[in-house]
Amino acid sequence: MATELHRPVSHDVPPAAGGPAAVRVAGLTRAFGGRPVIDGLDLTLRPGEFTALLGRSGCGKSTLLRVLAGLDREIAGTVLVPERRAVAFQAPRLMPWKRVWRNVLLGLPGRPGRAIAEAALEEVGLRERSGAWPKTLSGGEAQRASLARALVREPDLLLLDEPFGALDALTRIKAQRLVAELWQRRGCAVLLVTHDVDEALLLADRALVMRDGVIAHDTPVALPRPRDAGDPRLTALRSRLLAELGVDTPASAETA
Amino acid sequence: MSISKAPPDISPVSADVPPDVPSAVPSAVPTAIAPELRPVVPVSARRRPLPRWLRRTTGPLLLLAAWQLLSATGVLRPEVLASPGTIAGTAADLVSSGQLPSAMAVSLQRVVFGLLLGGAAGITLALLSGLSRLGEDLVDASVQMLRAVPFVGLIPLFIIWLGIGEAPKVTLIALGVAFHLYLNVYAGIRGVDEQLIEAGASLGLSRRALVRHVVLPGALPGAMTGLRYSLATAWLALVFGEQINASDGIGFLMTQARDFLRTDVIVVCLVVYAFLGLTADIVVRALERLLLQWRPNFTGR
Ligand SMILES: Nc1ncnc2c1ncn2[C@@H]1O[C@H](COP(=O)(O)OP(=O)(O)O)[C@@H](O)[C@H]1O
Ligand SMILES: [Mg+2]
Repeated sequence: MATELHRPVSHDVPPAAGGPAAVRVAGLTRAFGGRPVIDGLDLTLRPGEFTALLGRSGCGKSTLLRVLAGLDREIAGTVLVPERRAVAFQAPRLMPWKRVWRNVLLGLPGRPGRAIAEAALEEVGLRERSGAWPKTLSGGEAQRASLARALVREPDLLLLDEPFGALDALTRIKAQRLVAELWQRRGCAVLLVTHDVDEALLLADRALVMRDGVIAHDTPVALPRPRDAGDPRLTALRSRLLAELGVDTPASAETA
Repeated sequence: MSISKAPPDISPVSADVPPDVPSAVPSAVPTAIAPELRPVVPVSARRRPLPRWLRRTTGPLLLLAAWQLLSATGVLRPEVLASPGTIAGTAADLVSSGQLPSAMAVSLQRVVFGLLLGGAAGITLALLSGLSRLGEDLVDASVQMLRAVPFVGLIPLFIIWLGIGEAPKVTLIALGVAFHLYLNVYAGIRGVDEQLIEAGASLGLSRRALVRHVVLPGALPGAMTGLRYSLATAWLALVFGEQINASDGIGFLMTQARDFLRTDVIVVCLVVYAFLGLTADIVVRALERLLLQWRPNFTGR
């Protein structure tokens, strides 16, 4: 159950590969009951880069993310991650028995004061709910609190597992903008798992498609921000990514 | 998806349509009949004939009145059941003579000791088997096996082992308490949401911190349920335990009263048992309100 965090999830000696990296994965394999879900996967994330990881449901995105978070260590291969990393899951996963600000501070070393939590909550526009019980938060508010909890750790790597998946369309747009803003301010490497191609194109510097246990497609998204989903330059990229995901009709169809 | 109230086929209101056709323009949906509307009455405006506590006391009071009536008319003879009036008098006598207060103190003390002892044992075992696989393998099987024995059936053994003093009575209570707490705390620990544990681990909590900040608070609702059950069992065990050669306590008062056919004293003792049980329940409820206020639960209307 308990994992020793703040330590690289590594097995072998780190390969002295070129360039700075926020994540270095080589030959990663993770199998469930003999069936490999991740099968010899290589991946390097650069510091400060916003990467979107796309893939069909069940292709192993969450599994990869959990490995990077150090939550799943029944792996083979090399995984190097920064010591300071944070996760926001699809469900906010706030401890219902702790008030919001205590949730934000949970697991921080030392004895941080409430002011630290409130500064992080301020960033996500939730300061006035600092003393509330999680049960009284709306879905979007809870997700923002979860984001504050991740950010207060000042991570070098922020892992987001479909954090907008459970939000309604309007709240999702706001939350996406918030994440883009926070990322630009913090400058940490972000890995955003999503099944939404438009979301990936809106937010990321780089889009990955996972298939058959490996990164099957890797493309930069070199467009200035803020971006508009209707930008014609995105159309070609969108159809390419949808094709990689196995969806042929680019405009109308949407991955599930 | 089928929409039954699809708009009627409004043909184009153009020149080639005869003008004498009932015009579809003014009322867009000519076939729809306006339904009758009724107000949604706000809660505050709903008439409350009586305050809640008054409504709730009416039933028991009526019952008491009926009982008194039956006793007064001689239908209910005093050897069968004394009248409420007699019982009230007896209670007053027992209180003023100091008999009832001292008996209550003795019985209460037994329950408290039994609760503390059984609580400590039950919670310790539950933590052992809830938090570690090894503990589970060692403890849980044994407890589940022993649970099949009705604990009241152990009275003869307790008398042989522990004599007839306080020890067998307290042990009996402790046993009943320990089982309930064990089962509920253990189930509570094992029922903690795996996702929250994973979230805690992702925040860098050590194993100790996970137990303290995630597992134990998550098991608290179960523990409170266990406490409620174990209190109920504690009173039951007290009644049984005090039938063993007690020389004091409420059970002793009752045994004595039985020998003298004093149904009034017996009823007073029963009322005292009920009163103590109710008080304990109120205490636990208050504790739950305090400790479980984070829970999104239904409070009733
Ligand atoms: N704990 C587990 N035990 C067995 N199989 C699992 C477990 N977790 C995930 N899997 C399987 O691994 C595959 C990938 O899951 P996941 O990473 O959650 O997919 P997604 O890309 O939708 O996030 C799925 O087929 C799933 O059934
Ligand atoms: Mg997933």
